[in-house]
Amino acid sequence: MKVSTMAIRSLDAFARMSIGRAFASGIGMVAGGFLILLVLVAIFAPWIAPFDYAAQNLMNANAPPGWPHLLGTDEFGRDVLSRVIFGARTSLSVSATAIAISMAAGMTLGAAAGYFGGFFERAVMTVVDLTWSFPDILIALIFVAIIGPGLTSTTFAIAIAYLAQFTRLTRAQIVRLKRETFIEATINLGAKPSHILLKHLMPNAIAPVIVVGMLAIGDGIVLEATLGFFGLGAQPPTPSWGAMMSSGTAQLFLSPWVIIFPGVAVAITVIAVNLFGDELIRALDIRDRLRGA
Amino acid sequence: MLNVRDLGVAFGAVQPLSGVSFAVGKGETLGIVGESGSGKSLTAMSVMGLLPLSGGRITGGTVEFDGQDLTKLPERAYRKLRGGRIGLITQNPMTSLDPLQKIGPQVDDVAKLHLGLSDKAARDRTEEILGTLRIPEPALICERYPHQMSGGMKQRIVIAMALAADPDVLIADEPTTALDVTVQAQIIRLLDDLVKERDLALVLITHDMSVVAQTCDKVVVMYAGRAVEHGPVEAIFDRPRHPYTQALIACIPRGLDEATRLTGIEGTVPTVVNYPSGCPFHPRCPRAEAICTTARPDFSVEGDSAAACHFAEVADAQPA
Amino acid sequence: MILRYTFQRLLMLIPVSFSISVVIFMIVYLLPGDPIDNLLRVGSSPEDRAELVAQYGLDRNLVVQYFVWIGNMFQGEFGQAIVLRRPVADLVAQNLPYSLTLGGLAFLFSSTVGMALGTISAIVRHPLLDRFMRGFILLGSTVPGFWLALLLILFFSVNLGWFPVSGAGGWKSLVLPVLTIGFGGVALVARVTRVALLDAQREDFVTLLHAKGLSSRTILFRHLMPHALLPVVTILALRIGWILGGAVTVEFVFGRPGLGSLLIRALGQRDYPVVQACLLMLALAVMLGTLIGDVAQASMDPRIREKKS
Repeated sequence: MKVSTMAIRSLDAFARMSIGRAFASGIGMVAGGFLILLVLVAIFAPWIAPFDYAAQNLMNANAPPGWPHLLGTDEFGRDVLSRVIFGARTSLSVSATAIAISMAAGMTLGAAAGYFGGFFERAVMTVVDLTWSFPDILIALIFVAIIGPGLTSTTFAIAIAYLAQFTRLTRAQIVRLKRETFIEATINLGAKPSHILLKHLMPNAIAPVIVVGMLAIGDGIVLEATLGFFGLGAQPPTPSWGAMMSSGTAQLFLSPWVIIFPGVAVAITVIAVNLFGDELIRALDIRDRLRGA
Repeated sequence: MLNVRDLGVAFGAVQPLSGVSFAVGKGETLGIVGESGSGKSLTAMSVMGLLPLSGGRITGGTVEFDGQDLTKLPERAYRKLRGGRIGLITQNPMTSLDPLQKIGPQVDDVAKLHLGLSDKAARDRTEEILGTLRIPEPALICERYPHQMSGGMKQRIVIAMALAADPDVLIADEPTTALDVTVQAQIIRLLDDLVKERDLALVLITHDMSVVAQTCDKVVVMYAGRAVEHGPVEAIFDRPRHPYTQALIACIPRGLDEATRLTGIEGTVPTVVNYPSGCPFHPRCPRAEAICTTARPDFSVEGDSAAACHFAEVADAQPA
Repeated sequence: MILRYTFQRLLMLIPVSFSISVVIFMIVYLLPGDPIDNLLRVGSSPEDRAELVAQYGLDRNLVVQYFVWIGNMFQGEFGQAIVLRRPVADLVAQNLPYSLTLGGLAFLFSSTVGMALGTISAIVRHPLLDRFMRGFILLGSTVPGFWLALLLILFFSVNLGWFPVSGAGGWKSLVLPVLTIGFGGVALVARVTRVALLDAQREDFVTLLHAKGLSSRTILFRHLMPHALLPVVTILALRIGWILGGAVTVEFVFGRPGLGSLLIRALGQRDYPVVQACLLMLALAVMLGTLIGDVAQASMDPRIREKKS
């Protein structure tokens, strides 16, 4: 009884205090505020964007930043600012969805491996370690090559590229927790494995995984941009930060703003994600728990 | 040999150590005793001139060694003394040696540095010293790594390092705390023998009054960053006049036949941020009175010993 | 001692390389699209097609195909590129040196500059320098490599005209690619070095080193550095894979020949044998990297040497 309230309280603490505490520091507030703003911009893109992202105007192609096209126009005369705003939609949703899938799958695999151990654990960890040593871009590239380009395959490619990370981390948490007295006590009291796993182990293991997931959204955005840049992600005319830069390479010398601004968007977003993630780690005091994995 | 007077240490604005004085001569063992957090190790670090490592500085007093004041010594000259004329033995032998290097070179360093010996001569000397410390097969040990040896063995290596350049003063900071009880006795005996054979001045820092009783000639009792009582061991043990010293002595287990219970001192050691006003011991003192909370007691001298207690004159009349 | 350890690590790599080779073989088999279709001229008969399939051995049992394939791999016989119609070995041999040069230089650059920066920032603990390092590390680990490459091209090649925009002629064409890959590497190595040095400084034995009368410089170079090197070597060894990954994008952006650009082109053309060979080479490099890292670590740390042998 007591034990499970403890577990639940740790989840609660995560939800309430730590996010509040992460916001409490100056850096955390700026970074967190920016991310909230970005999500709002992505959601309300159609109302915020000054122009239709797909409207072409060849008469006004490759216009430099100015009025009325604040960030200039691309080779088809499309408004770069509007495309960056709509691109936030694509980039954020693809990355967040991918990481959510990756996290869910990785936590299941990692928890099962850590809890049951034995041959199952070894099999899972061998495969995981194998993909772990490969660069994420290679894994994603191969996956996209198999199921073909597009946003769906990009999402799954990102999910697979980070699967190893979440599996390793969750397993490490579970293995560590299993040695703790209160878990041993529950096991000795004869609780069912599913009960121990879901009620005691997972709630206590979840905080570091969530923080790493938060950080991974940043990596996912970079990966999405890279795949998009190779022309394997969003297909025209859907704007995504990576795809914009891909079509912009041809015009690099003519209209560098087409490349610069989506890149700035990626960089600032990822930096904000990292800064906020760092504040979360500090607020939760879990730096040591992240080291092992 | 070593004469510390009114030593004070500060870290930023906090003053964890003040007004510590003691002196040791050749062939003499001085015990510095107190609970953890009383400033014993800081005293050792101050004498070694290693305070800046942890960000502290000496704010007052003198550390006189062989006639010169070490607090004013430039770093370069200090380095010659460290390991050369003053050796240090640290608390935890498990972590005191560089785990990536063999034992031999770690000990050789000292003789090469301070005595200017060649590699070969330094190694011969190392093996010889290891031998005198009753370490079997010194040549083999030199080729070992620290993790391959027991705690007691490692502490002997640390002692060998401290002795390698034939120092005048040895400072041993809780040299046995991390060791098994049986090994503790061996190490203490070893140190005791060394003092006699080599005519060393030994400063033995410990929290164990029984160790002091066995080996020391003089003792300084420290509490909350201050010396509260000092004097010859016999005098202090015969007639402890500070209530804290009395309590420490009362804590020594006296053997089974007396069937005494192991006792501790009530209350907790104050940390540097909450040193009590007046006499720092008053919150835990059985005989504290109003004056103890406000006025810091001066030393009351009696013969060679002195105690900083408002009731030092009458304290000895009370049973400990 | 160290030889035995190396040998054991090598033995441990056998099952790993087996699984990797199976995975690579299977992945390529799952690739959609059929390169044979690309080879057939419009209006060819089914017989023509069957002949081509047989010529490339695609009609045989999968297990047989694997063993034939792996047997050939061992002899350096990578088969025939389907689209490029050249021996894969030639293509690899042609491109590998470019990747090795780029990767090697990037590796050298990130390790030396990274360690130097990390050491300086650990010794000179100045708040301004700290802030600069934090910012640099943050940028280095977040900015997408291809974008950095584009910016560098824009600034140094287009505006200043110092370096060529693309291609692989002479040392000048290497500067920007190496900088691009190295940027993230330098930041990472600097961070690890810094943390490791600061950690090492807090170790107990450092007090005793000072007490022996050693100078701070001796302590830094003879005792602290070896300790700090342990995690740095681990990271660098792992980083070999990531440098190769970086090389993939950077080669593409700079239009340099190399395994990365070969792989991307082959993926697009669904040229199985080329994809397989590229992946195998990359996997080999990653494994070699970890092996070298492990052995280097063991040669520095007696505790590791003993635990595993």
